[in-house]
Amino acid sequence: MTLLRLFFEFAKVGLFAVGGGLATIPFLQDIGARTGWFTDTDLTTMIAVSESTPGPMGVNMATYVGFQTAGLPGAVLATLGLITPSIIVIIIIAGFLQKFRQSKTVDAVFSGLRPASTALIASAGLSVAAAVFLSVGGLEEHTLSIHWPAVILALAVFLCMRHKKLKKLHPIVFIALAAVAGAVFQF
Amino acid sequence: MSIYLDLFFTFAKVGVCTFGGGYAMLPILQREVVEKKGWATDEELTDYFAVGQCTPGIIAVNTATFIGYKYKGILGGVLATLGVVFPSLIIITAIAAFLSNFAEFPIVQHALAGINAAVVALIASSVLKLGKTNLKDAVSIGIFLVGLALAFFLKLSPVVLIVCAGVVGYVARTLAGRKEGSK
Repeated sequence: MTLLRLFFEFAKVGLFAVGGGLATIPFLQDIGARTGWFTDTDLTTMIAVSESTPGPMGVNMATYVGFQTAGLPGAVLATLGLITPSIIVIIIIAGFLQKFRQSKTVDAVFSGLRPASTALIASAGLSVAAAVFLSVGGLEEHTLSIHWPAVILALAVFLCMRHKKLKKLHPIVFIALAAVAGAVFQF
Repeated sequence: MSIYLDLFFTFAKVGVCTFGGGYAMLPILQREVVEKKGWATDEELTDYFAVGQCTPGIIAVNTATFIGYKYKGILGGVLATLGVVFPSLIIITAIAAFLSNFAEFPIVQHALAGINAAVVALIASSVLKLGKTNLKDAVSIGIFLVGLALAFFLKLSPVVLIVCAGVVGYVARTLAGRKEGSK
C-alpha cells in the first residue's frame, strides 16, 4: 500500500513540478508533512546527497525518499512515479511537434524560443558560477569574497574545452579531474 | 547492439555524468547524443530544453524522453528515460543504505566544489556552441540578452519567459514577412 502511495505521490510531483530538481523541493516538503515518511531535517540530508552524487538532482531525490520510506522497491516506485507523467506529456507534445514541423507558425514560435532557451541555460550557468565563485560571509556577514581557486579551475577547464585537441576529451574527464583538484586543494 | 539497448545505455551514461540539475546534463548530451550518435542536433537540443522547462516534470527527464521519442518512437522515449534514471537508483540506494552521512564528509564537499567549478566551465562552453547556432540575427540576440537579464537578475519564471519569447518570435517573423511582401 505504501508502495502504491509512493508511486502516486511522486507522479503528482512529476505532474506539478515544472523546471529543474529544485522545483521539486516544496512538493517533497509537503509530502513529508502529510505522510510523516520523513522530516524536514531528513529532507535536508537528502538534498545534500542528491546534489553531491551523479544523476539529475530531481531523480536522485525521488530515489532517496523512496528508499528511506520503503527500501529498494520504494526507490524504484518513487522514481517510476516521478517519470511517468513526463513520459506521457512529452510524447504527446513531441508527436504534435513532429506533425506540425513544416508549419510556418511553429517555426516562427521556435525562432523566439531558441534564444530564450539559450538564455535560461546561460542564466543557470551564472547561478552556479555565483554560488561557486563568490562567498558571502565572514564575521560581518556582508563581506563578499571571491573564491580564486575555483575561478582558476573553471578557467582552466574552459580553456581546455576550447583547445583544438583537448576538447575531444569526454566532459567526464574534466569533471573527474576537477573533483580530485577540489579534494586535494581543499576547495 | 540493439538500437534500444544503445538508447538505454547511452542515457545511463548521460545520467552518471550529470552532476546537479538538468542543465548540467547539456554538455554531456552534446557530446554523447549530438556529436557521437547524431540522434539530435544542437538546435533540437535547445528546442527540447525550451519545451522541457515549461512542461510538467523535471528537465533532465523531459529531455531524455524527447530525444528517445524522436529517435525511436514511444519505446525509444521510455527506454531513454529509464536509462537516465537507472544510475541514480543504484548510486542513491547504495549511499542511502550504507553512507547516509556521505554529504557531510569534508572530502566530498571539497570534491563537489571542484566539480561545480568544472560544471560552470562546461555549461559556458555549451552555451557558446548553442549561441553559434541559435543567435544569428538581431531579434534572436535581443531575445537572448533580455531573457538572460530577466532570468538571472529578476528570476522571472522560465514558463513566462519561454511563452513571451515564442510570441515575440512569431510577431517578428510575421512583421518581417509582411515587409518582404510589400517590396
